[in-house]
Amino acid sequence: MLHTVNKSPFEKNSFETCLRFAKDGSAILLFEDGVYAALQGTKFAPVVEEAMKSKTIYALGPDLAARGVSDKVLEGVKVVDYGGFVDLVAENGPVESWL
Amino acid sequence: MEDEMMEEGGVIKKFMYINRTAPYGTIYALEALEVVLIGAAFEQDVSMVFIDDGIYQLKKDQDTDGIEMKNFSKTYRALEMYDVEKLYVDKQSLEERGLTEDDLLVDVEIKTTDELTALMEEQDVVLSF
Repeated sequence: MLHTVNKSPFEKNSFETCLRFAKDGSAILLFEDGVYAALQGTKFAPVVEEAMKSKTIYALGPDLAARGVSDKVLEGVKVVDYGGFVDLVAENGPVESWL
Repeated sequence: MEDEMMEEGGVIKKFMYINRTAPYGTIYALEALEVVLIGAAFEQDVSMVFIDDGIYQLKKDQDTDGIEMKNFSKTYRALEMYDVEKLYVDKQSLEERGLTEDDLLVDVEIKTTDELTALMEEQDVVLSF
């Protein structure tokens, strides 16, 4: 299963609810405003670091760049481009979108 | 209102624009900027406040080539030319995001919650985005 989150964790609880339901071993892709969850120094950083022990977290590069935060991504988060997004969809079976 | 100044026959009111949304994910940030620029033409006493994800509107180094959207972050630097010089940033929102003043692309005044509350109370008009 591929989980996607496109909302800021500060604005909606989509990311946290996604983490609550996502099974160990699943892939979570953050894109659009969802990428704000992938950053160092935020109040969500410890939550993400904990989640990465059992899940793989990806962030969409173009959305990080647009928001000026490419250099603040947490260590362990995998940055992918649009092609990588497509690969994740192809490799991980069904997509669950947390809006 | 007692403290309204008269200038060229018009009344100058205090307008505060409160920005609480991140850029690009929704249209609010861009629309707020448009409204501020339109309002600036009427020579009112304008201030902008950035709270919550609104802080991210002012983040340095935005590059939107990859998402094929207009990078409007440069417009914040032009606000000065429209006499929009009062830019206030909520200290708590900045800290929750692990950001500092150095991460922002314009000069701002960092304000505490109490300071912002006091500023809000002074306004004639408050518009939220």
